[in-house]
Amino acid sequence: MSDFDYTLVEETGKQLYVRALCDLPPDVRRALAHAYEKESQPGAKEIFKTMLKNVDVADGKKTLICQDTGLPIYMVKIGSGFNWDGAEVKERLTEGAVRATREYPFRGSSTHFLTRVNPQTSVGERLPVFYFDFVKDADCLEILMVPKGSGSENMSKMKMFIPADGINALKKFVLDTVIESGANPCPPGIIGVGMGGTSDLVTRLAKEAIARPVGQRNPDPDVAEMEIELEDAINATGIGPMGLGGDITTLAVHIETAHTHITLNPVAVNTQCWPARRARAKVYPDGSVEYGY
Amino acid sequence: MANYFLKTPFSEEEVRQLKVGDIVHFDGTLFGIRDLTQIYMVDQNHEPPVSLEGMPCIHTSPSLKKVGDRWEPICVGTTTSVRMDRYSPLLIEKYGVRAIIGKAGLYEDSLKAMEKFGAVYLAIVGGAAALETRQIEEVEAVYWEHLHPEALYQFRVKDFGPLTVAMDTHGNHLYFDVKARAKQRLPEIYKKLGVV
Repeated sequence: MSDFDYTLVEETGKQLYVRALCDLPPDVRRALAHAYEKESQPGAKEIFKTMLKNVDVADGKKTLICQDTGLPIYMVKIGSGFNWDGAEVKERLTEGAVRATREYPFRGSSTHFLTRVNPQTSVGERLPVFYFDFVKDADCLEILMVPKGSGSENMSKMKMFIPADGINALKKFVLDTVIESGANPCPPGIIGVGMGGTSDLVTRLAKEAIARPVGQRNPDPDVAEMEIELEDAINATGIGPMGLGGDITTLAVHIETAHTHITLNPVAVNTQCWPARRARAKVYPDGSVEYGY
Repeated sequence: MANYFLKTPFSEEEVRQLKVGDIVHFDGTLFGIRDLTQIYMVDQNHEPPVSLEGMPCIHTSPSLKKVGDRWEPICVGTTTSVRMDRYSPLLIEKYGVRAIIGKAGLYEDSLKAMEKFGAVYLAIVGGAAALETRQIEEVEAVYWEHLHPEALYQFRVKDFGPLTVAMDTHGNHLYFDVKARAKQRLPEIYKKLGVV
């Protein structure tokens, strides 16, 4: 093991949580500004104006965009070019989330599933949610932090279709889920979709999909085309911002895929609200940190 | 779509002129309530220590900081209303609440109470807590402090809004209308998507 000082990872874990809550990524801002321009219904336009104003107020006052500080999710990519201590990384990021909650301070949202006791730390049994992955040809630790609010998370859905249902069943499921969710997930957000894999993997794919920058297409052209088709279909519903009617119901549909079993055909939807919050950092072995989105 | 600027308390007449789609801003008193506030008040029979007559109530669980004996807002945002639907008719009928502010709306019984007793549902832009917090001039009182962050809060607000009238006294329900229209369009959307 090296003598890398892991307090840096803890500090980064803390900074990322606060940054994600206060500073909306530029791609999301652009998408909201574009929606404001494009929207034809006056009531809906007023709502987009308010959303953009809110983002500005949060910038100016360095304050939270939304009061729902969510559950912390850390998606970590470990570069193979350095001897990162994975267990230490996990522990330090957890401590970072606790410190963000106490030192900012903001409302912790994590709760014991049975007693409903809130420790006011944002963490707890098996929280934060961690996704670890490993990458070759990199020496850095790349951390993507997503605070997930409950209004949108409560609208998550997964279903195991059969191969005979085909791809159309998956597309219909996505559309039906969005209509059923209506105003609840604070539209227009990112509709994250997982297709393929197992029941757990497909759900994880949908979550990875909401963490992608708005409008960045899936590299597979067939999947990218399906993203556009679904965006058009969802926006044709007229549900609009905050479910009060309008032209724009989603900022983007993102689909992540995986191979599946010959007899499986799973799909999952994870919705992200219009303040699609996330923050990214790259921690290097020399102790430097690069922040981004 | 008309624009209204109101001051609290709201009169029955003021509230009855509002129609779904109208935009409202207001100045004055705003009460903050949440799940636990209403469980304590309604299910456990605690009379509110302050009159809610003619007042708006917002569905919130605010982050506040106590400085001496004063409370300062850190972040006040709005939560989804449907969880608190069953308490709403009583707030309107028994306590004279004239407006319920939240996101995603309430159901039929609340709509009926609004029509009968004169009250509206005002939809706020969810997620816009930074702006909402700035529109709160002062936390005037926190009643039932032991329930914090789900106590009964009395805020003084300035130019609070924009709020969209989403349920009015004429039996109109904007969320129901929008969803019904979406379902009407659905066969055509399915066809275009090639899923039928």
